[in-house]
Amino acid sequence: MGHPLIPAILSVGQIRRETGDVVTLTLEGYGRPFRFRPGQFNMLYLPGAGEVPISISGDPGKMDRVVHTVRMVGSVTGLIGRLKKGDPIGVRGPFGNPWPVDEARGDDILLVAGGVGLAPLRPVVYDVLSRRKDFGRFLLLYGARTPDDLLYKRELHRWRGRFDMYVDVTVDSASSTWKGNVGVVTALIERARFDPYHTTAMVCGPEVMMRFTVRALMEAGLKEEKIFLSMERNMKCAIGLCGHCQFGPYFVCKDGPVFRYDTVKELIWRKEV
Amino acid sequence: MEDLERLLREHPFSKGLREDILKRIVSCARNVRFNEGEYIFREGEEADYFYLIRYGRVAIEIGVPGRPPITIQTLHDGDILGFSWLIPPYHWIFDARALELTRALALDGNCLRKKCEEDHELGYEFLKRFSYIMYKRLQATRLQLLDVYGSPKGR
Repeated sequence: MGHPLIPAILSVGQIRRETGDVVTLTLEGYGRPFRFRPGQFNMLYLPGAGEVPISISGDPGKMDRVVHTVRMVGSVTGLIGRLKKGDPIGVRGPFGNPWPVDEARGDDILLVAGGVGLAPLRPVVYDVLSRRKDFGRFLLLYGARTPDDLLYKRELHRWRGRFDMYVDVTVDSASSTWKGNVGVVTALIERARFDPYHTTAMVCGPEVMMRFTVRALMEAGLKEEKIFLSMERNMKCAIGLCGHCQFGPYFVCKDGPVFRYDTVKELIWRKEV
Repeated sequence: MEDLERLLREHPFSKGLREDILKRIVSCARNVRFNEGEYIFREGEEADYFYLIRYGRVAIEIGVPGRPPITIQTLHDGDILGFSWLIPPYHWIFDARALELTRALALDGNCLRKKCEEDHELGYEFLKRFSYIMYKRLQATRLQLLDVYGSPKGR
């Protein structure tokens, strides 16, 4: 990483439209291997528009590219979603505290994702599958709004077809033509098989969904210190200087975005934080 | 009857259920199966039964005029299908359709209501179990209603 406040200028390579308002961009031209750890994020910068923190959704083993999945929810992300192949984009990063994949060696790994929360967890899937024998059972539980809102459909099919990974998907509502599950993502936890005493859970999604998920995980027998969450706050500088992303005593950009549940449990149940 | 008793005992609904209670309700149970696409019940019909799903998947659907039915929940092995047998006027308020071959135990609502009236201990045991399931479903429904995955405003 160069100077943390000066963006490198990359160009847009492949563009994949995941859903109506979500695109995955592959950025090229970093000039050297791009190394990151699953769960980290970059600041994406468009001159004249602004800068946004976006988690890295690519394969940590493929260092010739930078991959981001962006939901178009505001002015900057809306413009990023409209970029074309070859357009320039500024990138600062990677920043932040990663998922504890190395620390979870020997454990069952349970990923619980909601909506676009699958994007920061996809690098974990690549990482675990690249050294599958280091881990116990590997499970991905994914909830989305409707079948049309599911990210990475082709990969979900592929992962589901593997014999060494359990994938279960649910949506909040669907027409009767949908053959999959309908219901909340926490219902998938009750059906999944893992050893609660030797499982590391990594959870990413809207905060309400994460709170419900933590409850369900603890009902299933997981300990607080084995549950990790990725928090989202208004990150600006990304290096813990500006204070925009303050979360109680933490800066999400520097101390997070991944937190162990027991370190933030007093905060995520508090409405004022 | 022995087989039914075994199947009833194996279902998660019966976990921790006292043996004498289990033996009393087994006479209200029968084994049923539904093929893929078959409706188990339809909205408005009399709710004579509830089902302990042993194997398979069931969609709870609601009909919307001029549109295909909307699936609001799917149920699986180990789940319970149907509360309407317990609450007057005992009519189904949704459709239930098997998404794949589904095997279940059907418990006769009339038979059970009669036993619950006669034996309040049995009735209380049933109410406790159903209240817990209703509570879980209510929580899930609230979370679904929040539409947490909807588009937030952002940068």
